[in-house]
Amino acid sequence: MRKTNRRQVLQFGAALGGGLAARGEETGKLGKPLSGYGERSPFVKSVRATRQSKTPEAGSSSTPLADMYGIITPSSLHYERHHSGVPALDPARHRLTIHGLVERPLMLTMDEIRRLPSVSRIHFLECGGNSGGEWGAKTAPDVQRAYGLASCSEWTGVPLSLLLREVGVKPDASWMIAEGADACHMQRSVPLGNDLDEALLAYGQNGEPLRPEQGFPLRLLTPGWEGNVQVKWLQRLHVTNQPYMARDETSKYSDLMPDGKARIFTLVAEAKSVVTFPSGGQTLAGPGLFELTGLAWSGRGRIERVEVTLDGGHTWQDAQLQEPRFRKAFTRFRLPWQWDGKPAVIASRCTDETGYVQPTREELIAVRGTNSGYHFNGIKVWKVDAGGSVTNADA
Amino acid sequence: MLTPSACALALLLAALLAAQSPKYGVGRAPSAEEIRVLGIQVAPDGTGLPEGSGTAVEGREVFAARCVKCHGEKGEGDVGPALVGGQGTLATPKPRKTVGSFWPYATTVWDYINRAMPFNQPGVLSHSQVYAVVAHILYLNGIVGETQVLNAKTLPKVRMPNRDGFVADPRPDVKRK
Repeated sequence: MRKTNRRQVLQFGAALGGGLAARGEETGKLGKPLSGYGERSPFVKSVRATRQSKTPEAGSSSTPLADMYGIITPSSLHYERHHSGVPALDPARHRLTIHGLVERPLMLTMDEIRRLPSVSRIHFLECGGNSGGEWGAKTAPDVQRAYGLASCSEWTGVPLSLLLREVGVKPDASWMIAEGADACHMQRSVPLGNDLDEALLAYGQNGEPLRPEQGFPLRLLTPGWEGNVQVKWLQRLHVTNQPYMARDETSKYSDLMPDGKARIFTLVAEAKSVVTFPSGGQTLAGPGLFELTGLAWSGRGRIERVEVTLDGGHTWQDAQLQEPRFRKAFTRFRLPWQWDGKPAVIASRCTDETGYVQPTREELIAVRGTNSGYHFNGIKVWKVDAGGSVTNADA
Repeated sequence: MLTPSACALALLLAALLAAQSPKYGVGRAPSAEEIRVLGIQVAPDGTGLPEGSGTAVEGREVFAARCVKCHGEKGEGDVGPALVGGQGTLATPKPRKTVGSFWPYATTVWDYINRAMPFNQPGVLSHSQVYAVVAHILYLNGIVGETQVLNAKTLPKVRMPNRDGFVADPRPDVKRK
């Protein structure tokens, strides 16, 4: 290391003195002390969006996607969907029971579950009702309310397959009924099979225990499937030879077609993307350089391509994809954009590893009509006017 | 497609897996009582339905006391969803999905009311009260008679109007031009 000579010290002191003088009245004012649990800057105000309700324990709140960077959703902004409120569960008293068509029924404490070999993986979670308003004549004005029932976290837990081997699933078993410990004991029937190879019993989210709103202390995670089936506050897995046709898989989360028939167990979230900047409700400061960005995801695997149009679909160009890209996870896309101050019509469309291309809203409606309510994955179009205001093109 | 020999191998592997002894030895076997207290789960064939019974006449009082506040006097819906009506509307531009028009199994109605209703106090109804309320809602929909007794034997036999209204997931269903 080079020795510092006296002259340099003097010069540094002079520079420091000058600097202090320039800071004026703020000189020497200390900031906040150390703290046990961090808070975000008071200048950052972004929150989940909720609707007024007489039953706020049942409903949803959506992630402010336009305010997010990268692919991870802060746990405090992860979307919510509850059916009878968020239970306050004591992990020391919580148990997971696996029973039914198994050789060895098993009851586990949380401590015991955490002793088992674990994995961490990044996956999106999307409510089957996300973008449900997009089926309607008038669609949502901003990306939070249109697409915000989707979030992405790093999840930590025990592979479901490990525990199913441990209990010894009998050959005639074909389903399991997953049930939560919330007030209504929310339950869903889950088909057993290869699709569950990636499933976890998750207790960790973004480096900390699950948030209560996300199922603390334990939830089922079936990556790529609609959120409702990934039961939170998981208290039992009942292995059976039939689906139990629960309320939330028959009367809800089924897709009503124009012929009056409803599709049932439509579990996979098909490939979907949305531009989050520029998006509805935002204003561009004026012509010049911006970074167009957004998110894409697919319940069938990796996102391979995201194309962006700036002229209402006449021409498309490839956006840059953030690497690494994970299976069944948000993929961030970006495109430097020189706005010339003229009106623009902006949208993104993604392609996943199966070759499936995100359809337009019109293409979806042509096949499914407008009454299905769930599982909308169409292209969302934003309109930028000459003043820089961004609005929903389908409003 | 799996060949017959591949199927046989898969079955053999499944049997081996099932017979395998536990690898980790973590946790313990729950007692029958510990499983019972977790609560009732009802399958469409009636598996899981408990003792008890009720009729629409008996259910009228329970419905008035526990349900009308959210679902309306005749189950027409208010804060809570409509339970009655809508039959024949599913293939129209304005479908009304109710227990009577949409729900495929009466067993689901029993299971859901038992586990989740009333909204602010799930679990407060006795098993017979649940049978009675289910009978009342089905009666309001013209599905059962006013004095028809619903219990573990008769409930799974109730045929809901939309029993055959559900189809498997055909996606991907939108092909690009």
